[in-house]
Amino acid sequence: MVSANVLIKAVGLTKKFGDFTAVDSIDFEVYEGECVGFLGPNGAGKTTTVRMIYCFSPLTAGSLRVAGLDVTTQARRIKSIVGVSPQEDNLDPDFTVIKNLQVYARYFDIPKSEATSRALKLLKFFQLEEKRDASIAELSGGMKRRLIIARALLNEPKILLLDEPTTGLDPQGRHIVWDKIRSLRKQGITVILTTHYMDEAAALCDRVLIMENGKIIENGAPQQLIRKYVGQDVLEVEYDEALVATLKSELPDVEVEVWGEQVRVFTKQPHGVFERVAKKFPDKTLTIRNANLEDVFLKLTGRKLDEER
Amino acid sequence: MSRFKLPVLTSRVWKVWRRNFDVFLKTWHVNFLPSLLEPILYLAAFGLGLGVLITGSVDGGSYLQFIGPGLVAIAVMYGAFFECTYASFVRMYFQKTFDAIVATPVSVEEVIAGELLWGATRAAINASIVLVVVAGFGLVSSMWVLLVPALAFFGGLLFAALAMCFTAIAPDIDFFNFPTFLFITPMFLLSGTFFPLGLLPTPLQVVAFGALPLTHIVNLSRTLILGRTEQLLGFSTELMLALNVLWIVVVTLVFFLLAIMLMKKRLIK
Ligand SMILES: Nc1ncnc2c1ncn2[C@@H]1O[C@H](COP(=O)(O)OP(=O)(O)OP(=O)(O)O)[C@@H](O)[C@H]1O
Ligand SMILES: [Mg+2]
Repeated sequence: MVSANVLIKAVGLTKKFGDFTAVDSIDFEVYEGECVGFLGPNGAGKTTTVRMIYCFSPLTAGSLRVAGLDVTTQARRIKSIVGVSPQEDNLDPDFTVIKNLQVYARYFDIPKSEATSRALKLLKFFQLEEKRDASIAELSGGMKRRLIIARALLNEPKILLLDEPTTGLDPQGRHIVWDKIRSLRKQGITVILTTHYMDEAAALCDRVLIMENGKIIENGAPQQLIRKYVGQDVLEVEYDEALVATLKSELPDVEVEVWGEQVRVFTKQPHGVFERVAKKFPDKTLTIRNANLEDVFLKLTGRKLDEER
Repeated sequence: MSRFKLPVLTSRVWKVWRRNFDVFLKTWHVNFLPSLLEPILYLAAFGLGLGVLITGSVDGGSYLQFIGPGLVAIAVMYGAFFECTYASFVRMYFQKTFDAIVATPVSVEEVIAGELLWGATRAAINASIVLVVVAGFGLVSSMWVLLVPALAFFGGLLFAALAMCFTAIAPDIDFFNFPTFLFITPMFLLSGTFFPLGLLPTPLQVVAFGALPLTHIVNLSRTLILGRTEQLLGFSTELMLALNVLWIVVVTLVFFLLAIMLMKKRLIK
């Protein structure tokens, strides 16, 4: 579904708050139909980047084009084709659930009958039908998140921006949102999302951009990054001097990371190498699992405690 | 600091206005009753109480006649000022309603303009309710009274714009105690509302005329409702009315633009 058309293009994109640089001259492209995840620790600059894409925050420097339009001069046209689900809840507490959607649709010049029919469909999809006449204060945190995403879809956007769409959702709620994102992507919509859940990024994103301190430090498909940085298998075990020594001598390419009392061992070698070592320590509980995006994330953005020991 | 640019406003302003109107309709009874009861209380207290002590004519009529148009003007001030301070602040700061709206094709400028027009509308609604009460007490004596809602709207826009400037710089909601007690309450008493300004020493008359927006609204309100204008500072009636209108138009324009500018500065991060 991903086409060769560049839909969003940032060059030297920079955002400063006073002297503080929140986004530090980043370059990236998003292709039409793609789902791109912005990952990064708290304060990395994800929300700030997303806000520049929907023309909420003006750029300090650089350029940013969305669907061929310049964010600094064509904000209104961009905002009409973008759907935004912000990190912070800003539903309108003065209205009921359905009225929230109807009033929001009005800002997009959607006629009332059309707005109502779209709103009802979205409520149904996000399993909020029963709450249609409830006030916002009566909704649970997860219901509010789902309603915010529903609201972002009212204008049938070409580009959907989801800033932590599933934070606070229960597993069912997350799957509802994931299903919706997948079905929207089949219709060709382009999705940008930020998340702290690596399984979510791996499940949904064609490509992830990992940010830290306002910079993009890595960029690629989840599987490709996993292969590049962690290999196939990961061994997790309680810290033990002898075990680590054995691992290092038997498997020359291993990387050992110590996180508190836990040791994580990575290797680029094929399946099975850890099992050999495991046999020598029968009284230890060793977990051998597939490498995942979280390993990549921690490796790239985390402190390597091993180096400090 | 970027160069001054006039805000671009489209009909989307009315969608913001409409949002507030929808909320108002939902809670109209809560809004309606106080606006209705307050002037009745004032007129009863002043008419049955204070008014009995004042036996002579006040500015060519009864004391009750004198304060009727003052109460209408006060409703204009309170309606717009409280809407665009406390209520707008709640929408902006606690509810993040403005943030939600500016993610749509509506711009920040339009959000603020919509809020200001809504504040003016609230003033017109409140003043009209008070006017009905004043008329009920038999205190209207001019056909020009039909223009009072329009006066209330434009006077309301003036107070809405002033209020929004305070909202733009308010660090928290308690901040509004300052303009309320230092600006609104003195005006409530000293703008020709409860006694003719002509009774004050000339320097105070100059201050009331030059610096207090309510003075101009009271004067126009009295002219429309009673068909007579208080003489001040030696101005002829025509000059006085022209100056009142000019003052309102110029100050409204300045503060309307200033409010939008200050709010943009606050909201755009
Ligand atoms: N309005 C603002 N004024 C000053 N600093 C800001 C403002 N908004 C964000 N920042 C700073 O910019 C940096 C990036 O913030 P941002 O919200 O983009 O992070 P994030 O990656 O979304 O983090 P999180 O995962 O916690 O949501 C932070 O250090 C933050 O304190
Ligand atoms: Mg964020």
